[in-house]
Amino acid sequence: MNIEYIAGIIKAVTIPVMALNSIPLLVWMERRGSAFIQNRHGPNRANIGPITLFGLLHPFADAIKCVFKEPFRPTKAHPIFYPLAPALVVVPALLTLAVVPLADHIFLMGAEIPMSVAELEYGIVYMFAVSSISVLGITLAGWASNNKFSLMGGLRSTAQMISYELSLGLSIFGALLVYGSLNPNEIARLQGETFFGVIPAWGVLMQPLGFLLFLIAAFAEANRNPFDLPEGESELVAGYHTEYGGMKFSMFMMGEYVAMVTLSALTVTLFFGGWQVPWVTTEALQATVGQPLRVLCQFLAFAGKTLFFCWLFIWVRWTLPRFRYDQLMRLGWKVILPLSIVNVFVTALVLLGLGWMKGTL
Amino acid sequence: MEALFHVATFYVFAAFALAGAAISAFSRRLVYCVFALLLTFLGVAGLYVLLSADFLAAVQVLLYAGGILVLLIFGVMLTHEIADVSTEANFTDIKFGAVISGILWLLLVVYICKVPWAVLDPLPPYAPTTRAIGLQFLGDYLVPFEYSSFVLLLVVLGAATLARKEVD
Repeated sequence: MNIEYIAGIIKAVTIPVMALNSIPLLVWMERRGSAFIQNRHGPNRANIGPITLFGLLHPFADAIKCVFKEPFRPTKAHPIFYPLAPALVVVPALLTLAVVPLADHIFLMGAEIPMSVAELEYGIVYMFAVSSISVLGITLAGWASNNKFSLMGGLRSTAQMISYELSLGLSIFGALLVYGSLNPNEIARLQGETFFGVIPAWGVLMQPLGFLLFLIAAFAEANRNPFDLPEGESELVAGYHTEYGGMKFSMFMMGEYVAMVTLSALTVTLFFGGWQVPWVTTEALQATVGQPLRVLCQFLAFAGKTLFFCWLFIWVRWTLPRFRYDQLMRLGWKVILPLSIVNVFVTALVLLGLGWMKGTL
Repeated sequence: MEALFHVATFYVFAAFALAGAAISAFSRRLVYCVFALLLTFLGVAGLYVLLSADFLAAVQVLLYAGGILVLLIFGVMLTHEIADVSTEANFTDIKFGAVISGILWLLLVVYICKVPWAVLDPLPPYAPTTRAIGLQFLGDYLVPFEYSSFVLLLVVLGAATLARKEVD
């Protein structure tokens, strides 16, 4: 059997499992973070005798509780769509990760193997395409629950996500123009250069405005505070997942956390060098420490950066208050969208001035 | 083996697309009609992938499943009494529709049989198409490309004008 097939199967199993395993960790980070930031009680109850492991046992308790809860369905909820909706949220979120490169290509038994499940020429487009399906899951959940609060949550989320998806796409256009590629691994590799030999040429330095707009739109796209209006509990009980319990409810949570990981990974890949260890190129690193350690270093760099942005999501959630719905829409359509267009325009003009575009046409 | 797999996948995707289309055409519940379109869009995207047009497939999912379908759902959700699960679509004139679609089907079958289809045997190796599509859009087909964006701009302006409330 071909080594590429075997590697493909291994990657297709490992990467989703890694993403799923990051969920309990993030839930733990969320609990600890909220306790630190808002002076709340943290996860201090779950224990085995005197052992609490800084609250790390809490996610286990959560998982066990959710699995063993009765799978309850409200009488008037839709028999097919009600259970289908959580799956429609989780599966696209996991599929999106398929194109994120965890390290540079490795050479194994004469084959060059990319360190993402699939290396697509248009990886960024793929990510946007697949992640746009998950909004259908949220809408469907809102409708299939047959509950007015759920329906309102679903409606809000639809409007919010189509508004911000536009900005999310447009805000990275500038960065894509600079790199001249849609391939995430290529984009990460291009950020290995340095300005004046000291500053890593990360996207955030070339596209500061683009990064800021992308980050704001990403928060809205992940339905996280300050934009978590679809579930705004002060108005809508719990929004689209009001009627869900047990494992179905935790699937929505899983979808949210995996989307957080995915968006963090995308931010890192586009604006923070992806798997680049600062100041060291793949070749230099490989020559010094050998291939296995090189891959480990790059993976750790990628994971560290991604974890930082996951932490940023948590940090913001427990620091900022929730937007009002009209403020959210005004921000999306009247501030972020025009600024994204200006950003694309200015970037294109600058690139034209520098003559970078000539090479591609 | 590979050819068999190819053919089998083709039929699976085609079945998805047709089932979705059938449900959205014949179902009486508006929400079923809209969500069945998701099956169709994904099935057609799968067919694109089989034809080595995978960039087109990604764009199809992005625009149709993620954009147009969401807008349609938004429209349906705002329909009166949608919270009541049994909102129904009306079939106003089923005979007239059957005649029209029958004629269309006949025409399509006749012309599909007439066209001398190019047969690729063996299938050419997979090659990325993104760059070629981009260069074509901004090169040979620049005028139609810009023209269609102009049309879309007009549509946006028209929609905004229609939706705007008159301020006295």
